[in-house]
Amino acid sequence: MSEAIETARTYLRPSKKLPTVWCGGCGLGIILSAMIRAIARVGVEKNDVAVVSGIGCTGRMPTYVDFNTLHTTHGRALAFATGIKLARPSLTVIAAMGDGDALAIGGNHFIHACRRNIDMTAIVANNSIYGMTGGQYSPTTPHGKRGTTAPYGNVEHAFDVASLAAGAGATFVARSSVYHARELDRLFEKAIRHKGFSVVEAVTNCYTSYGRLNNHASPVEMLRWMKENSVPFAAAAKMDPEELEGKFTRGVIVDRELPEFIESYDEQASALAENPVAVEQVGNILRRFDAAAERLNPKSG
Amino acid sequence: MGRARMAENKKSSQVLQGNEACAMGALAGGITFFAGYPITPSSEIAELMSQCLPLAGGRFIQMEDEIASMAAIIGASLAGAKVMTATSGPGFSLMQENLGFAMLAEVPCILINVQRAGPSTGLPTQPAQGDVQQTRWGTHGDHSIIALAPSTVLECFEMTIECANLAERYRTPVVLLLDEVIGHMRETVVLPEPSSYEIVSREEPASGLAEYCPFECDAERLAPMAAFGGEYRFHVTGLTHDRHGFPTMVPSEVDSKIRGIVDKIEDRADELSDLEEFATEDADVLLFAYGSTARVAKSSVRALRENGVKAGLIRAKTIWPFSTRRLKELAERLSLVVVPEMNLGQLVIEVERAVCGKVAVRPLGRVDGHLFEPDEISEFVMKEIGR
Ligand code: SF4
Repeated sequence: MSEAIETARTYLRPSKKLPTVWCGGCGLGIILSAMIRAIARVGVEKNDVAVVSGIGCTGRMPTYVDFNTLHTTHGRALAFATGIKLARPSLTVIAAMGDGDALAIGGNHFIHACRRNIDMTAIVANNSIYGMTGGQYSPTTPHGKRGTTAPYGNVEHAFDVASLAAGAGATFVARSSVYHARELDRLFEKAIRHKGFSVVEAVTNCYTSYGRLNNHASPVEMLRWMKENSVPFAAAAKMDPEELEGKFTRGVIVDRELPEFIESYDEQASALAENPVAVEQVGNILRRFDAAAERLNPKSG
Repeated sequence: MGRARMAENKKSSQVLQGNEACAMGALAGGITFFAGYPITPSSEIAELMSQCLPLAGGRFIQMEDEIASMAAIIGASLAGAKVMTATSGPGFSLMQENLGFAMLAEVPCILINVQRAGPSTGLPTQPAQGDVQQTRWGTHGDHSIIALAPSTVLECFEMTIECANLAERYRTPVVLLLDEVIGHMRETVVLPEPSSYEIVSREEPASGLAEYCPFECDAERLAPMAAFGGEYRFHVTGLTHDRHGFPTMVPSEVDSKIRGIVDKIEDRADELSDLEEFATEDADVLLFAYGSTARVAKSSVRALRENGVKAGLIRAKTIWPFSTRRLKELAERLSLVVVPEMNLGQLVIEVERAVCGKVAVRPLGRVDGHLFEPDEISEFVMKEIGR
């Protein structure tokens, strides 16, 4: 317990920012604390962490944590994060997004971030609804479930976030839920340590908007649903599709190596610096400018 | 010019395209990060940046769209880089969202917009000057912007450096407004020696983490800007925020934030204004123009003078903030101001506002994707003055 308090003291911003804007019983606090525990275990200095978010309830996460924090426009967290990482690769960059933020308005940025393999971590807090705006259906609202803009049940079909990330090329993909808080922080830790683009889907509960519209009795009952309706990935592989109907899988889904963007870019830059033709061509342009000529040799980080 | 000097100039002179000169100005001005999305007629800028940045210790990335490009440069700027993107019409529309973010969050960045005819996909890729008011008002909410407009290839180079300097000095996005003609035009230029231009970098804090207020901006005093990954951890948000960077809804704090980002630019309108005057000393009729239109207007002034009309030209190199000072002075003695623009009357609104009805102001618009002809402007003037 004292360790938990110590971690909170170290990583949360002083009292003025607390309490959070989140409703009682919301799972986002569990995700935030799992993220902090993971960062503490990886042991990165606070100065060397950037947490970026978009808009929505999840978008407020960076406000509370004592890192370099950036709360951006709706859906764009990964695009801002890309710039931060490329300008300062020594930073550990984490983008925290909700399902609407990451997958609807930010869907294009999400798949391209998966494809590029820049060494960053995306956390997708998936509560299957637009919470902050009051319960409109999202790209992960299951078929038939209600939202304030799907009053008769959702006629669309949901994204499977982890499969989407895997299909788009993310080199680390994992999923767990806020019921499995300890598993979640271990997955976050693995994701942060992974060299390349990592995605962790954190299935979470929004009782206020999703739960009430879809006849859940309470936030606790929603957590119980996660416990009873999720299957570890390895176990799921041995089950048939009927058994898995309506359930979600947990664990590491993808973990593979692929050249990382910045490493590839810098390798290319180093090779170019050795290439007399390139240096001649570009050097002729750059040498004219003091500011650019000073940097004629590529930096390593 | 001495023989030796001429020989030296010949050696260092080169034929450059406006877009190329922008990229070279960016490198000269210390830009180390570029993110962009392909669009004609601006793509040469991205191409040259992608070629040069790896060898200049910087990084380039082609993003999935213009929204992401703008986001990426803001992120990189927050991490300490000097940053730029380049686009054209439809891409400029997409960039408005995060342009507003950069204004509110006070993040230095340059956006080059090589204007093409719109609206929508419009005329790919004929010239226009149709984004002048969008540059000023394109993103929602109250804000202000700095925008410059070059008329020559050399100015593309010089003004890109100037944009970088202004962005860094005032912690704000700066737009360089080209039009397709300027972007694609080739001219022989002698680029200035590096010692002849100033390079400005953002002021860094010296206050220690506990006292650092990243957003203590008002019209007089601009807060220093720390970089992510340094010694100062701070919060940046697109929500209206207090001087520490945290969201606020306290009316007095909201009011001073919004007035702060507007006043830091608008209060400097005269200081930032750069107008080039041609034959204005005794002018009776004034042409007010910018970009490629100003080149044509200069020929029109000569033609009008040959016909006995005392014409003069003001070429606006600064578009925003719009300084009214010089126009107010001249209005006292002018009989007519004509504002030729490749749009249906955008900057003319500001000219009218400046002269307060003291002199007749006539817009002359062209939106067919073609440049003005010198005769077209001079004939319009002759008709207006009844000659
Ligand atoms: S609306 Fe839902 S997601 Fe948002 S804070 Fe409340 S419970 Fe959490």
